[in-house]
Amino acid sequence: MTVITTDQALPTAARPPRRDIGIKKRYAAEARFKAYGLAAIVFGLSFLAIMLGSIVTKGYTSFWQTNITLPVTFDAAVLDPQNRRGSDPMVLVRANYDKLAQQALAAKLGVADTDKAKLREMKGFISDSARIQLRDELVANPALMGQTVNISMLASANIDSAFKGQIDLSVPEARRKVKDQQIRWMNQLAADGTLEQRFNTGLFTFGASSRPETAGIGVAIVGSLYMMGIVLVLALAIGVAASIYLEEFAAKNRLTDLIEVNINNLAAVPSIVFGLLGLAVFINFLGMPRSASLVGGITLSLMTLPTIIIATRAALSAVPPSIRAAALGLGASRMQMVFHHVLPLAMPGILTGTIIGLARALGETAPLLLIGMVAFVADYPTTPLDPATALPVQIYMWSNEAERAFVERMSGAIMILLGFLMVMNLAAIVLRRKFERRW
Amino acid sequence: MNIMTEQKLEQAVSSAMNATTNDVIKMKGDKVTVHYGEKQALFGVDLDVREKQVTALIGPSGCGKSTFLRCLNRMNDTIPSARVGGLITLDGEDIYDKSIDVVELRARVGMVFQKPNPFPKSIYENVSYGPRIHGLTKTKAGLDEVVENSLKRAALWGEVKDRLHEPGTGLSGGQQQRLCIARAIAVSPEAILMDEPCSALDPIATAKIEELIDELRQNFTIVIVTHSMQQAARVSQRTAMFHLGYLVEEGATEKMFTSPDDKRTQDYITGRFG
Repeated sequence: MTVITTDQALPTAARPPRRDIGIKKRYAAEARFKAYGLAAIVFGLSFLAIMLGSIVTKGYTSFWQTNITLPVTFDAAVLDPQNRRGSDPMVLVRANYDKLAQQALAAKLGVADTDKAKLREMKGFISDSARIQLRDELVANPALMGQTVNISMLASANIDSAFKGQIDLSVPEARRKVKDQQIRWMNQLAADGTLEQRFNTGLFTFGASSRPETAGIGVAIVGSLYMMGIVLVLALAIGVAASIYLEEFAAKNRLTDLIEVNINNLAAVPSIVFGLLGLAVFINFLGMPRSASLVGGITLSLMTLPTIIIATRAALSAVPPSIRAAALGLGASRMQMVFHHVLPLAMPGILTGTIIGLARALGETAPLLLIGMVAFVADYPTTPLDPATALPVQIYMWSNEAERAFVERMSGAIMILLGFLMVMNLAAIVLRRKFERRW
Repeated sequence: MNIMTEQKLEQAVSSAMNATTNDVIKMKGDKVTVHYGEKQALFGVDLDVREKQVTALIGPSGCGKSTFLRCLNRMNDTIPSARVGGLITLDGEDIYDKSIDVVELRARVGMVFQKPNPFPKSIYENVSYGPRIHGLTKTKAGLDEVVENSLKRAALWGEVKDRLHEPGTGLSGGQQQRLCIARAIAVSPEAILMDEPCSALDPIATAKIEELIDELRQNFTIVIVTHSMQQAARVSQRTAMFHLGYLVEEGATEKMFTSPDDKRTQDYITGRFG
């Protein structure tokens, strides 16, 4: 019997000749693949950056608005030359308030009443909205008659653009909307603090207007909120009910398979088709009012339903079968099983799907155009039955305007819309993280 | 598969023989057949479950023992393709009869599953859920009492009494399984079905559950499916051997493990197949 001793040096195995198994090629292919992927991401990100950059650089100025603060004298000689306001209250409504603003500006700039040429250039310096503003002040407080009050009025869109440096002064004066004299006045007023930029609250509170300085997304936000509320109530209720039935109660047969396929297909139907459906069914057949957020909300609900149903069914089927078995084994009825155990566990997934569906509905334009929400609506809707617009539709309408001030407002509105969408998506992510459960 | 030594086998058999027997049939299967779609899983099984005894169902994987167990509280109803034939009675009543409500049946015949499956809720809520949905106690104090008693009978009270409102999923595997047993006995069932209750547990947790099963036998009729021959020998009074959807043999555990009538039982319990 041989005894193997470990201290005796054993021969080392000879290395066989190296085989070419293409290692270099494989690594090269991997490196190339990584480079393609990286290039794709850089490409995508750079376009995102260009888009956001262009929107922000064009739009950030829309959050400021040039205001002119002037001592305005409510001169009875101008407003009510025949002194009839005691007998006819309409006199004060129809009075020439433009002249009050013009007089105040002329006094500030030292332009004589007789200098017609300069007076003409002075028109279009203050926004036409000053007329309504002054009228409302006086009607609200008739005691102002004859008094002089400091009133802050909006500058016209052209002066606003010029003050923000958006008008190219190298263009010959004749082809420019803002004349040299107006620029000189503007600089003079800015120097003594009469003309200044303030945060543009009007952008959030005004409705549609043909004058950019008084155009805002107030009505659009209210319209969008109404529609989101309707979508949330209708789509969530119908979607969750449908999903629970299909997932937990319905028999699995040909019919339910067909329904499932169709729901998945509906999610891919172009949104404009839903708009046509809304137009045909709700407006033409059921006679609901045009431009109303109710119709918009119902149409968007139909569009969002498949998304919510798919998300909800995925969330329901992700609940482990052992939980269902445990509940049934204890003698819970099917409905108790669903409502006590399955639904609470599926809730975060359902909410995430709902928020993403809502975000999609919030940014939807095409179906709203077809049901007439692309309307000029200056007054706030008080109920969902009143005419309204929506945020993306307002953006679409402003994009058709040529004036520089509208371009700026459009970009500002896009920033606000993107802000809303980002907040909603963030909420979805937070909800998912917070309630995520592991088994 | 472990092969039992003679000594271990003898110990197991003698412990089983010590059990007092009062032979009353609690549940009865008569020519039970089950189809899953086209495939037949059970072929005419006749099996009696005796009151306040532990009946172990053994056999290789896919032999139909879990299928038979799931027929006893109609959990097979939840599988759309499953069809059950033959007759199964509880206290002489056909449990598949139209007059029997499945919810009531499951309150009378509880179930403990292979993998511990506590609800992702607090320990208290896990145990109180059954009594609450069945309206067994109307008051908070009554519910507290049921929870405490159930946890005590499941030998879990001492470990969890200070953290009743912590999630049940935070317990260890063995504790979770005892919580599931507590949850099942909280509705005061007459019989408890256990589908391989220890297969996901370590030997120490398994020993605790087996001890618990032996105590629960005082009050409940227990049917247990197990892959462990030793476990069947340790905890059961009656053993039924399944193979390929047929009941091969059924009898007192000591007889099954010492002198089975069927060659297949003999081969299976000695580890020659399975």
